[in-house]
Amino acid sequence: MRVSVQEAPFDLGAEANRFAAGDTGSGAIVTFTGVVRDLAQGNLDVMEIEHYPGMTEKAIEAIADEARQRWSLADVLVIHRHGRLSPGDRIMMVATAARHRKDAFEAAEFLMDYLKSRAPFWKKEITGKGGEWVAAKDEDEAALDRW
Amino acid sequence: MMDVLYFAWVRERIGIPKEKVETEAATVADLVSELVAREERYAAAFADLSALRVALDQELSGFDAPLSGVREVAFFPPMTGG
Repeated sequence: MRVSVQEAPFDLGAEANRFAAGDTGSGAIVTFTGVVRDLAQGNLDVMEIEHYPGMTEKAIEAIADEARQRWSLADVLVIHRHGRLSPGDRIMMVATAARHRKDAFEAAEFLMDYLKSRAPFWKKEITGKGGEWVAAKDEDEAALDRW
Repeated sequence: MMDVLYFAWVRERIGIPKEKVETEAATVADLVSELVAREERYAAAFADLSALRVALDQELSGFDAPLSGVREVAFFPPMTGG
C-alpha cells in the first residue's frame, strides 16, 4: 500500500505500471484519475488545493486500511496533489489490485467516495473575478451511506 | 496550552492559520464560545457550526467532545477532496 500527498505532478502511466509490476496474482487492476475540471464558463484560471499536513496522510491511510479489510485486495495506491493546479491537470489517482474485478472496482469506488468527504482537502476556484471555495455537496455525504 | 488550526475559509475569516491558545475549556463547544467572545472575526468564522467540522489531534470529532489531553484542535469546512 502506498499513500502519497504531494505538490508535484505524477505520471499516470508510470504509476500504473509500477503499481502492477511483479504482481502475478491479481487478475484485475482498476485505476481512477481525478482531473481539474474547467468551469461551465471556461474561465477557471487556477484550482488551489489546501490540505492539513499530517492529518491528510493519516486519514487516507485509514480509508485505505478500511478498504483492505472490506475487500480482498493485493494492493492499494493513492496519490493526491495539493497546491495550485490548472484545468486539465490530474489532481489524484487511486489504484486497486485484486484477484477479481468486483473487489477492485468496488474498493476503488469506496476509496473515491471517502477521499471526497473524509480526507482533509479543500478546493478553491480562482477566476478573473476572484476566488471561491468549492462547497461540499450533500450527495457526496450521502454517497457514504451505501458503504 | 493547545495549538488551534484553521483551514480554508475559516482560516481566511480569522486571518491566521494557527495559534496557541491558553484555555480551560472542557469541550470543543466551550473553546468555540471563548474564541467567539474574543473578536468579531471569530464570531464571523463560527457563526454557523453546522457548516464546520472539527478534528482533535488530527481525528475527526464533534463539538461536544471533551478537550482533556488534546494538544491540537483544527476547525475547517466540510472537506472537498478527490
